[in-house]
Amino acid sequence: MRKTFISQNPSVLWFLAALGLFTLIVTILSEGFGLGIVSTSFIKTLGKTLCLCLIAIAMDVVWGYCGILSLGHFAFFGLGGYAIGMWLMYARTETIVVESLAGNIIPPTEQEVIDAIGTQIFGVVGSSEFPLIWAFADSLVLQLLMVVLVPGLLALVFGWLAFRSRVTGVYLSILTQAMTLALALYLFQNDSGLRGNNGLSGLQNIPGFEATPQATISIVFFWASAFALCAGYLFFAWIVSGKLGSVLRAIRDNEARVRFLGYHVESYKLFVFTITAVVSGIAGALYYPQAGIINPAEIAPIASIYLAVWVAIGGRGRLYGAVIGAAFVSLLSSWFTGGGAPDIPLGFYTIQWTDWWLVLLGVSFVAVTLFFPQGIGGLFDKLVRKQP
Amino acid sequence: MNNTLLEVDGVSVTFDGFRAINNLSIQIAEPELRAIIGPNGAGKTTFMDIITGKTRPDEGKVIWGERNISLLKMSESQIAQQGIGRKFQKPTVFEAQTVRENLAMALKNKRGPFDVLFFRSNPSIEGEIVELAEEIGLQDALDTPSGILSHGQKQWLEIGMLLAQDPRLLLVDEPAAGMTQAEREQTTEILVRAAQTRAVVVVEHDMEFVRRLNCKVTVLHEGSVLAEGSLDHVTANQTVIDVYLGR
Amino acid sequence: MIRILLVLLASWLTVLSPVQAQEASLQDVLQTHQEEIASPSRRSVGEVLEALVATAHPDLPRFLERWQAREVWVRDADGLFFFVEEGADAITLIDITSLEVVGTAAKAEMTELRPNGGVRRVIGSALVQFQLSDPDIERRIAAVDAIARAMSADQLPALLSAIDNEPDAALKTRKSRLAGMLAASFAETEEARIAAIAGLGSDLSVDVRAVLNQILSTTEGVAAEMPDDANIARVQMPGTDITYTDAYDRLVAANLAPARISNADILAALTEHVAGGMVGGIPTAQLNTLETRRIAYTALAADGLVPPLVTDAERTAMVDAHSFFLAYDEDSSAITDAARASLDTIEQKVALSQAADLTLDALSLASIYFLAAIGLAITFGVMGVINMAHGEFIMMGAYTGYVVQLFVPDYTLSILIALPLAFAITFGAGVAMERTVIRWLYHRPLETLLATFGISIALQQLAKNIFGTQARPLTSPEWLDGALVFNDVIAISYIRIAIFVLALVFLALILFVLKRTRLGLEVRAVTQNPGMAASMGINPDRINMLTFGLGSGIAGIAGVAIGLYAKVTSEMGSDYIVQSFMTVVVGGVGNVWGTLAGASMIGFLQKGIEWMNPSNTLAAQTFMILFIILFIQFRPKGIVALKGRAAGD
Repeated sequence: MRKTFISQNPSVLWFLAALGLFTLIVTILSEGFGLGIVSTSFIKTLGKTLCLCLIAIAMDVVWGYCGILSLGHFAFFGLGGYAIGMWLMYARTETIVVESLAGNIIPPTEQEVIDAIGTQIFGVVGSSEFPLIWAFADSLVLQLLMVVLVPGLLALVFGWLAFRSRVTGVYLSILTQAMTLALALYLFQNDSGLRGNNGLSGLQNIPGFEATPQATISIVFFWASAFALCAGYLFFAWIVSGKLGSVLRAIRDNEARVRFLGYHVESYKLFVFTITAVVSGIAGALYYPQAGIINPAEIAPIASIYLAVWVAIGGRGRLYGAVIGAAFVSLLSSWFTGGGAPDIPLGFYTIQWTDWWLVLLGVSFVAVTLFFPQGIGGLFDKLVRKQP
Repeated sequence: MNNTLLEVDGVSVTFDGFRAINNLSIQIAEPELRAIIGPNGAGKTTFMDIITGKTRPDEGKVIWGERNISLLKMSESQIAQQGIGRKFQKPTVFEAQTVRENLAMALKNKRGPFDVLFFRSNPSIEGEIVELAEEIGLQDALDTPSGILSHGQKQWLEIGMLLAQDPRLLLVDEPAAGMTQAEREQTTEILVRAAQTRAVVVVEHDMEFVRRLNCKVTVLHEGSVLAEGSLDHVTANQTVIDVYLGR
Repeated sequence: MIRILLVLLASWLTVLSPVQAQEASLQDVLQTHQEEIASPSRRSVGEVLEALVATAHPDLPRFLERWQAREVWVRDADGLFFFVEEGADAITLIDITSLEVVGTAAKAEMTELRPNGGVRRVIGSALVQFQLSDPDIERRIAAVDAIARAMSADQLPALLSAIDNEPDAALKTRKSRLAGMLAASFAETEEARIAAIAGLGSDLSVDVRAVLNQILSTTEGVAAEMPDDANIARVQMPGTDITYTDAYDRLVAANLAPARISNADILAALTEHVAGGMVGGIPTAQLNTLETRRIAYTALAADGLVPPLVTDAERTAMVDAHSFFLAYDEDSSAITDAARASLDTIEQKVALSQAADLTLDALSLASIYFLAAIGLAITFGVMGVINMAHGEFIMMGAYTGYVVQLFVPDYTLSILIALPLAFAITFGAGVAMERTVIRWLYHRPLETLLATFGISIALQQLAKNIFGTQARPLTSPEWLDGALVFNDVIAISYIRIAIFVLALVFLALILFVLKRTRLGLEVRAVTQNPGMAASMGINPDRINMLTFGLGSGIAGIAGVAIGLYAKVTSEMGSDYIVQSFMTVVVGGVGNVWGTLAGASMIGFLQKGIEWMNPSNTLAAQTFMILFIILFIQFRPKGIVALKGRAAGD
């Protein structure tokens, strides 16, 4: 009767094999370790896409399996990015400051170095003092802990408040959206301690690896992203395939009934909400060093809604669907908005995709919701089942 | 009664000025089979809502078990964990999941998220599931998605899920609705058998079904008890006749 | 003291009385001061003007004006003054009294009077007393404005004398107010000033407050002993009223203590005295802590190379040995007390008025939120449908207004056309959306949310493609310009009043539709129990369609209203959507009164938070959202919650 987790879920194996193959091919074609056919910037795009796939499967677990349409997971993603960005920016600025002060006749005191770093980082918002939240910015280990703790704790507190008072359905969506908006608005302020709308920048420069070319760094981050996606996929597949998955789907379908079975629904929701928030934070921490810059606009509610769109287009309730959706839509989006798509001349008017891509996305999204509620993953399922 | 399992005492509840339950007092012993009848709007479903924690009464007490615990401060899931199971009027099974998954979920086990996350099935648990499936006649449909079961089968599955919880008190809301004659008989059998070891409260419209249960009957009207006793006793009561036929 | 003022006034009136002055012609009068007028200096001109004014010659003001404007010439031969008309080479001479042409002269024979800036100012202030009584009200107003702009003591008598004969009531009030303000600062006796100050106590205007604050201006002071002769405003205890650092800085500034030597100063001094890799006996490499630097500096100081360090204890002792205080610049404590009392009264009234003003602001914000949210509340409440494109319907309404104004230039007419047109267009859009998308997604609320979001981004981008990214104006009719002013603090613009009225009208209209019409009855039936409603012959399809259209149509009208006071952009919808959702959720779903309560709460809350933290609207919004999240904890179903089985679960 009993089977191992993997043998129960052959699709996990298929996914891991495909991801491994993809990583291998990209590595071979890369500038850093291979033939140099794929540019470094495209490697970064692919690496970022893998991070987006990771947050998409987190979103799929919380929405597709547990029925909580969170419009706040991109906020957790951003918080993870900010947490790692603080260290990256601090450590890099420290290197620069120490170098520039080395020429002084009298060596600087520790406080002078810290003040100089503060002036470098916060000069742009008219300050030089380190806010309290930067207390651990000089320690990579502690900031890595923050990547997990900050989104986790925020999700825990917010989720506890929201689920406790039985906020469900669209109410919860709106509440999470409000949370995201509040966070974004807060970060937009100059005195937020995170450089207001300037955000954190220069994150692609990894302290200690100044000599390493970006081509190499990019492929390392690509591997790290692929590994994180692989680990995240396994982790979530394990969660949703067992009895917990069964309870989660039951909560999605009829929360009240699950309660009468004796399950404390709120704990389950809180568990899923928090754990996915943590994974989102990790995805963000991998994403932003590849993007190079993070600012509050990234956290704006619209980003979280796009996340839901990816998952819906990819197909909810199946992890690979989320991956397909995130990869497909985000790559397509950068192709269209990056000017990659050819304009369509109609004679009287020329459709420029930079202007019309969002219209196309909006309309196709409506179409998917109406006609393919199972998304691309659903079509995929049908194809697989038809072939014996 | 020293074997009283549930005592509802002087409970009232009001919805926007409408008094759905009015100073209601009922005692259920263990084991006992009890039928609750009454016209529409008598407060039968609200009565169950109060016991299971879905609705909070404005006043009154609901006392449970030997240690006289009040149920009013507990959440739905805590009440369910105390050993109170409920079957809804409309069959509510998790249609996207198989019969096996439905039963496994209901099976009496630790309910915390981490217990469930690290839960691993074993042969004795699987055996219990098969046993339950046999009792409700679904042993051949274990791996069928429950959404494609017939209406009666869903009702049974839900009763099966109730039994899987191994509750001390079963609240059953109109179990026979939409069942064929044969199905009704089997349902009666299951309920009567269950009531040998635990308390079973059945809310029913169908007098024929109630008669077959052959148990003590409580008549609710406008949120309070109108009459109590055997079916013959209460049907002979003039007020009950007025309530049922008078309008 | 009033008596004194009256005596002053009377003496001025006698001097100015025209009866005595008719004997000599103006030219004769001027000739007695010919030299000073022809080449005036800043110093001498005052006396001359005084003498001239004393004659009270009726033609004098005109002369002074022209003189000030550099339009008076003097004939070199006889020193007579003329107004002129400059020709190409000759100059036409005009008599200064009769204004008749009296001859011509060559330019060489004449000299233009060119009084310098200082002189012209003095002339100007002399002129003010004439202008204050000028028959032309415009010039009187200008004169009052000039005095108000630069108040000085010498204007007081002139102003006082020009109050009684002022025919215009409003200007008369202004003059006496201004005289009061001048008297508060410049009246000659203390009693006069105190009386004037007391008279200001009922005036809320900013300039009166400025005058009082001016009287109450203080200077920071420090001394070994508290001075007896100074008018002390407040004693400042170091550590409580003033930090030790600031106190010491004040000592340094008053030359009562040696300058503080900061860490940067130490670093600079050390850098300067480095010799052979050593400074103060310590190798430079070791100077990377404050401790070693201090030791090295002390060594330098011991050699007399740098001023010695002042230790913290020494600084504290020095601060403790002195008294710190704020002293009024005004010496008379009676006057400052009176000013303080008046200012307190005024500030109390100002605070009350500000509260009233804030309430009005909050009301107008609440009515905007109400307008933006009520459509949403209807669709959400009746159909359980979240319409993320609601904000874009608001935007469509606003753009409708903009487009109508392109074709109809009359703003009143265009608004009257735009309101129903916006309703019609968004009603149509809403119905179309309901028919094509939403009706297939009933009972799948989360998917409706996402599908309508898809429509929202498509519509937003479409608007961007059509109208561009820059903001488009929606101009309000002229009669809505300006504001209703209650006093100097309370004012509300007519547009906001109009929006408030519009919100009230819609509240009434919606209540009427829902409670008094057949449609409303059916809508309420469908809200409470769609199945039952359908079985009673109500077509829920039709009701849903109409409801959705109605909700969207109201959004369109809200868009026109919002567009009138905010800019019309493709993104304006998303600015309101979250607030609108909050309004609905906080208020309680499915209830017009709930939406009203929600809108009021959010409007008042936002204004309240902004008032507490006026520098930062972003922070205000952040706090407001946090508050709402917490509020939902305690009232998950909103302020006005449906109870019982109808509420559903």
